[in-house]
This record gives sequence, C-alpha cells and structure tokens, in this order.
Amino acid sequence: MQPEEQTITLDGQKIPFQPGQTIMDAALAAKIYIPHLCYHPEFKPHGSCRLCTVMVNGRYESACTMPAAAGQEILNNTKELNENRRALTQMLFVEGNHICPGCPKTGNCQLQAVAYYVGMLSSHYQHFYPYRDLDPSHPDYVIDFNRCILCELCVRASRDVDKKNIFAISGRGIKAHLIINSPSGKLEDTDFAVGDKAAFVCPVGAILRKRTRYTTPIGERLYDQQSIRIVGDSQQLHAGATKYGRK
Amino acid sequence: MAANKIRVATTSLAGCFGCHMSFLDIDERLLELLEHIEFDRTPLTDIKHCGPCDIGLIEGGVCNAENVHVLKEFRKNCKILIAMGACAFNGGVPALRNHYSLKECLEESYLNGVGVVNPLIPNDPEIPLLLNKVHPIHEIVKIDYFLPGCPPSGDAIWTFLNELLAGQEISLPYQAIHYD
Ligand code: SF4
Ligand code: SF4
Ligand code: FES
Repeated sequence: MQPEEQTITLDGQKIPFQPGQTIMDAALAAKIYIPHLCYHPEFKPHGSCRLCTVMVNGRYESACTMPAAAGQEILNNTKELNENRRALTQMLFVEGNHICPGCPKTGNCQLQAVAYYVGMLSSHYQHFYPYRDLDPSHPDYVIDFNRCILCELCVRASRDVDKKNIFAISGRGIKAHLIINSPSGKLEDTDFAVGDKAAFVCPVGAILRKRTRYTTPIGERLYDQQSIRIVGDSQQLHAGATKYGRK
Repeated sequence: MAANKIRVATTSLAGCFGCHMSFLDIDERLLELLEHIEFDRTPLTDIKHCGPCDIGLIEGGVCNAENVHVLKEFRKNCKILIAMGACAFNGGVPALRNHYSLKECLEESYLNGVGVVNPLIPNDPEIPLLLNKVHPIHEIVKIDYFLPGCPPSGDAIWTFLNELLAGQEISLPYQAIHYD
C-alpha cells in the first residue's frame, strides 16, 4: 500500500515533503522561495545567517535546519518575518564593507539580491567600516575579506568536497573572520585551484575569479532585472547546478 | 515665487555629481516638473543657502565639516529629506578611505603619491576640515526617504518625485532599485 503523502502547510499552501527533508528542501522542491544566504542544497546546513527564519507552529525556526514534519503550519512570506530579514541584511551590510558600485559581484550577489527582495532601502545602522584586507596573491583568484558574510560555504566546500581545508573562520562574535590555512595566510600558498568547488560557492563578492569579472555588463546581470525569488541562487548557476532557479 | 509650488532644494556633499547628472536625465520632463516645483538652493540656481523647503534631495555622504553644516541646514529647512544615491546611502566610494587614517590618506595624496610635484598638504583656512571618516547621511540627521543607486536612474528619480508629489505611497518597479 502506498503510504499517504506527507505534507506541511507553508503560508496556507499544502506542500509535500520526503522523510529527511528540511523545510527549506521541501519549499525549494515546491519552488517556493525562502530567503537564505548560508544554505546551499549540496552542503550540510549551517544555520548561521538566520535569513531563512520562519514561524513553525508559532515558534521561530531556521527553515534550512528544521526537519519537515507532517502537519507543520509554517509562516514564511509575512511582513514581520521579512522585516526581521531586512534588519539582518542591514546588519550584514554595516558589519563589512559593501560598496556595491565598486564590487565586481554586483548584480550577481545574493546578499544584494536578498536585500532587494526584503526592500532594504538604507543600511539604517551605524557602519563599522572594519579594516579588512584584500588577498590578490593567487594567480586566478582574489579574496576580498571586506565582503565576507561568514556563511562558511567556502569552508564546507573546501573541506567536504575538495578535501583541502583551505578556508576557516577564526575568532568569535564580532571578531569572527575568514582566514586562509597556509603558513603565510595567503591563498597563493595553498593548493586552491580553478576547478575547486570552493571557487564557486561564495554568495557574495569575497571570492572572485580574476579576469572574468566584467564579462557581463552591469544591467544585464542575474538580479538586475528579476528578483532572486524567481531566478534563484547565483553560485549554483556558476557551478552548473539547477536544482531550482533559472535553467 | 508661486505660492502653490512645491519648493525643492538639492545639494551634492561627498558625491561626484552623478546623481545630479541623473536628475538632469529626466530631460524635457524637467519642464513638466517645473510646473509643480520651484528650486531653492541647488547647483542649478546657485542659491548659497537653503531656505524653508518642502523637499530636500541630498547626494553624497559626509566627509568634511562643511558637509555637516549643509546637511544640518537642509534638515532644519526641509520638511522631507531624501538620501539620493549610493554615497548618501553608505558613504559609497569615498568611504573606501575609512580603512586608512586621515594622515595616511593626505600623505598618500599630497606627499608620496605618484606624480606629485611640490609635495605639500593643503592647509588653507578656506578649505573645509576633513572628518576622520566618511559617513552616510543617516548617521548625522534623520532621513525620510532613501533612493539608492549609483546613480539612481533618471526614470527612478522621476517616478519617485511624481509619487511623492502626488502624496502616494512610493513604489518603484524592481528594476529601478539597485545599489550599483
Ligand atoms: S558583495 Fe554584494 S553586497 Fe557586498 S559590495 Fe559586492 S555586490 Fe554589494
Ligand atoms: S568567503 Fe564567501 S563563501 Fe566564504 S565564508 Fe565568506 S561569504 Fe561565505
Ligand atoms: S539559510 Fe538558514 S540560517 Fe542561513
């Protein structure tokens, strides 16, 4: 006998899920957008950015880590949740140095795209303007630490897929920052290579391929004309994955 | 001065005048706009101080003492103050200097920079004193509306002003809001 299909209710809409799926997995399979930054379907969820926070049976939970369970009543696209998300994106903007007009990732950046989605029109908080370096040492890649949002996708990709462990997050709280595991701390002294998975996962303009950054003009980039809700995640397009988003 | 016209002032603080150029990109619609508004202090009228106004449009962040005075004068006189463009929004490209001390910036520009002749840090009392850091304008005064973009397009400025003048809630199409 076929087991009865298990469903959760997301903003009033019943959607099916498979055992083992998180709320995020089920939503994506149903082509429903839940804002996220540290989530990537190919990696173990990290649950750190809190952009995906939804209301599950009256409690806040992160959709990327919360297992889907039959009968859950979930709120996602509500004014209140999107306002919280807007505050989070504003905090991410002021914690780093995000000068979008001078950033090669602009138009393809997920932080920017999520900020557009939640209607962020100002950074609201006081900017930290932290001093952070740039590492242009590698022949093919630049690391701009000013734009890192600590999603750990590069850490996970390098450790779990590339088996190289090139990236790590060091320090705690507001002092947390990305480091490169080499004696000099420079990318050139690692075995980071163009084909690495870690080279494709950064959602923002922190890990950038050299000499390819302006091949698509500004105005014609992924999020210039259409919302991330419709076109999906940029890092997966670069990696060729099309689990959801634009084919 | 027509009594029923909306009075608008604009200024460029630590900006590049790109937002003002974009404002001019509304082209002949400017004539239509002038049926409803009149300008107070702007780079177009050359009026030096802002008087009582309905709307103030600010381009650029705040990088020196004069910027602070001008911004406060605008806040005092304008019923509605609008941050226009990326530099007003978060300091923009001028805020790249926030990584360095003011001393380092001045030395790099005027003493050690490429092609510097007669190295000397300018120190004329006429020159506004630089602040240690460049700040977005919302850190100095209350801002009522933000129109991001580097610059916001002429169309975005046009739509924004029209909806504001019509007393409507401002809603710009997705493509009109961008940070670059
Ligand atoms: S990483 Fe994204 S948000 Fe940050 S400066 Fe670049 S485009 Fe803007
Ligand atoms: S460099 Fe990019 S992928 Fe790595 S932690 Fe920072 S934002 Fe995430
Ligand atoms: S996407 Fe779920 S916490 Fe970051």
